[in-house]
Amino acid sequence: MGLAKRIIPCLDVDKGRVVKGVKFESIRDAGDPVEVAKRYNDEGADEITFLDITASHEGRDTTLHTVERMASQVFIPLTVGGGVRTLQDIRNLLNAGADKVSINSAAVHNPEFVREAADRFGSQCIVVAIDAKKVSAESESNRWEIFTHGGRKPTGIDAIAWARQMTEYGAGEILLTSMDKDGTKDGFDIAVTRAISDAVTVPVIASGGVGTLQHMVNGVLQGGADAVLAASIFHFAEYTIREAKEYMVAAGIEMRL
Amino acid sequence: MTEIVAVLDYGMGNLHSAAKALEKVADGQKIVVTSDPQVVATADRVVFPGVGAIRDCMRELASRGFDQAVREAASRGTPLLGICVGMQALMSHSEENGGIECLGVFPGNVVHFGERHSEFGDRLKVPHMGWNQVRQCQPHPMWAGIPDFSRFYFVHSYHVSGVPENQQAGTCEYGLEFPAAVCRGNVFAVQFHPEKSAPHGLTLLENFLRWAP
Repeated sequence: MGLAKRIIPCLDVDKGRVVKGVKFESIRDAGDPVEVAKRYNDEGADEITFLDITASHEGRDTTLHTVERMASQVFIPLTVGGGVRTLQDIRNLLNAGADKVSINSAAVHNPEFVREAADRFGSQCIVVAIDAKKVSAESESNRWEIFTHGGRKPTGIDAIAWARQMTEYGAGEILLTSMDKDGTKDGFDIAVTRAISDAVTVPVIASGGVGTLQHMVNGVLQGGADAVLAASIFHFAEYTIREAKEYMVAAGIEMRL
Repeated sequence: MTEIVAVLDYGMGNLHSAAKALEKVADGQKIVVTSDPQVVATADRVVFPGVGAIRDCMRELASRGFDQAVREAASRGTPLLGICVGMQALMSHSEENGGIECLGVFPGNVVHFGERHSEFGDRLKVPHMGWNQVRQCQPHPMWAGIPDFSRFYFVHSYHVSGVPENQQAGTCEYGLEFPAAVCRGNVFAVQFHPEKSAPHGLTLLENFLRWAP
């Protein structure tokens, strides 16, 4: 017995609607995030991550409203990320009912922001999202760098050093996405997951590349992840969260069933 | 008369989720999020949630007169539920932030997990974050309808220590066994987040609204 590993479905939300598609619905509009979150909750999701991909300013109010509705109906932890840039953004999201916020490019632009956020709101609600991409050649030893703008813009920052720095600054959790694997359904980048999980003392969520249930098992057993995040495998209803958990339990992983 | 359930708001972030979860399970009770100690003084039940650092928590409590209000509710016999840092604040002392005196409703201390390892030798991550099992070490009306060893959602880097066994209602294992729930007369407090631990957490909140200590 002990602490369970977590499965975290991720909703990409644009102007108050889930995008990326769920089964039988169009790619652009996959439904009401609150309904989708409720379904995941009923299937046994351990947390929900809500990634706001809305670009416009007006969209932000829609997001707060959606978070508010979700928090009054879904009673498992809720992380909200996307466009979190100021302490006021964090306060607004927490007040709307988010339990944690995920900070990505704002941390790269100003690492001190993470320190201020953790000081003000506590490390328990500050997740730092890291988008890492392999930059070493085949013949060299592995090296990953932080990329921004959806993996297009290199920063020259070493991913492992960055993960360490962010936890020193007060991040309570790391959400690690492999930009090489994201969207491929080839499985997690196990090497970077293991390297970062070993480098930091806080929990690490593996993200990017899940295509099969065995990929989730590998993320935990080989990558050392404390939680696995996935979107399309659940959105398209290829597997339910319950099936994923049963598969992981059969592989010897402690889960909440 | 409608029962009033006061949820303490002392400016420490997300206290609304506790209120929303209580509203979900309420059966006629009125859930009032309040920063007024007078409301606490006359409430039928008091919920004391908490997140963040203990130093800020104790400072904000004191600046609103909530420290006295919580102690009085505890001694008056009002059903009182502490959650997470709310539980820790009910102890005598916390070693967080260089050492902070707390409310002293329970004779315990709050200490850091430190560096611990699992039975397989892996270093355990801190914060202790996620769903862990709670062993019910004494029967209590707050456990009604909740199976022993049910999982609840935890997120904390410090844990309670030194609470006498007869005041421990539940324990949890994470490198060591620590109190996950404590009880004393009309006071019950939990380290986990019942408001984020559907479905058993909601049952616990429902039990609290019915509890007649």
